[in-house]
Amino acid sequence: MAYELIAIGTSLGGLSALKTLLRSLPTAFPAALAIVQHRHKESDQGLSSFLQKFTGLPVHEVEDKERIQPGHVYFAPADYHLLVEYGYFSLSVDEPVSYARPSIDVLLESASDVYNERVIGVLLTGANHDGVQGLRSLKARGGMTIVQAPDTAESPILPEAAIAAVNVDWVLPLNDIAPRLIHLCGAAGV
Amino acid sequence: MGFRLNLCIALTLLTVVRIHCAGSVGILKPDDVDIHLLIEGLYHRYGYDFRNYAKASLKRRIYSFLRAEHLSSVPELQAQMLRDRACADRLLLGLTVNTTAMFRDPTFYIAFRQQVVPLLRTYPFFRIWHAGCSTGQEVYSMAILLQEEGLYHRCRIYATDANDRVLQTARQGIYPYKQMQEYTQLYLKAGGQRTFSEYYTAHYNNAILRPFLRERIVFGEHNLVTDGSFNEFNVIICRNVLIYFNQALQNQVHELFYNSLCKFGILGLGKQETIRFTKYETAYDDLAKAEKLYRRRS
Repeated sequence: MAYELIAIGTSLGGLSALKTLLRSLPTAFPAALAIVQHRHKESDQGLSSFLQKFTGLPVHEVEDKERIQPGHVYFAPADYHLLVEYGYFSLSVDEPVSYARPSIDVLLESASDVYNERVIGVLLTGANHDGVQGLRSLKARGGMTIVQAPDTAESPILPEAAIAAVNVDWVLPLNDIAPRLIHLCGAAGV
Repeated sequence: MGFRLNLCIALTLLTVVRIHCAGSVGILKPDDVDIHLLIEGLYHRYGYDFRNYAKASLKRRIYSFLRAEHLSSVPELQAQMLRDRACADRLLLGLTVNTTAMFRDPTFYIAFRQQVVPLLRTYPFFRIWHAGCSTGQEVYSMAILLQEEGLYHRCRIYATDANDRVLQTARQGIYPYKQMQEYTQLYLKAGGQRTFSEYYTAHYNNAILRPFLRERIVFGEHNLVTDGSFNEFNVIICRNVLIYFNQALQNQVHELFYNSLCKFGILGLGKQETIRFTKYETAYDDLAKAEKLYRRRS
């Protein structure tokens, strides 16, 4: 199975976890990465420009209707939900979901609705339950699910809730997530 | 009746075929066909046209409407909506988004003061079209900004929305008092030059905007999907509305905007919206790139 999109959600502690994950991915990575990191609604592009320092993959703050390209990293902008259509992203300013905009649930649900079993859902450190419902839908549609091992998470609330609610495919220490993604995507189609 | 139904089905099938030819996905999933039929039904029965809305967010709103109505499936909603006008009207409201605030995205107003106001000063009179104005907060914010720049008496602002209920609120200019604290902070961040409380009077739990702010504003119903141009404008502001449309509809609306702007007219979009992925990419220059203020080339 060729994975085309990796949808990642995280809140508290996410910046450092994303740094670890992104810097372990090779520049020839074959799938697109879409990331929701909970953030303040007036925060600027500092997050993506900070993380760009740790990866050779191009990092974007998504603009509406931006095309999804393999090997690119896409961040949900502050105060917008990030939704996946077939081949491109859409944004919305619909009401917050689980008090969050951007919401991880919204990204994961829309990603798996379009890409079905060709998407990998990843939940990292987080201090609330946003993302659990999305991971459940993603799994139900045949997608691959990965959750950061709670004992390696700065905030274990989200990983623990996800493991309790979903029959997760992989529960991995933070350092093992990038190698697993490389394996899953690299092996695809070979 | 039978003929009409058959016609509907035929039209719907045509559209499904079109989607396939457009190369989106192989075969539509049953859920997506349900959504598709609902949207077609809403159009053929009542003329409400959501057919070219962005699918992912539209689908989310339909499902959250289902939960609110305690219905178990989209076909059930379709059956009810076709026969019950009140249900269709509730659905219409559920499908429209009205997230707004005074001086939303304060840096946009700062850029507007710095980059657009000097251009507006050169006109003896100018027209602004605020398309998709919702409950009016951002229109009044513009009125305040122009007042502080000494330009308000020289302009006419046309504020439009497809939804007459939100326009009623917009016309009144009365907002919950508890929002004023947030609006005051945004006003200050947006480069406000006075005291925000000068612009409203408190009345029980409401803040009533001062009537002079309404003097140069004309509120009216206008549907970006179905209605055409109605004037020539120096500035068009349309923020966080087009994100709900697919690319075909965005191109259609950008054509309308382009044809409604005067030479060197200004177009202002939402923070994460862009002219880049539309057919009109080369028709504008950046005026304030990060704030999505564009200037029509010629």
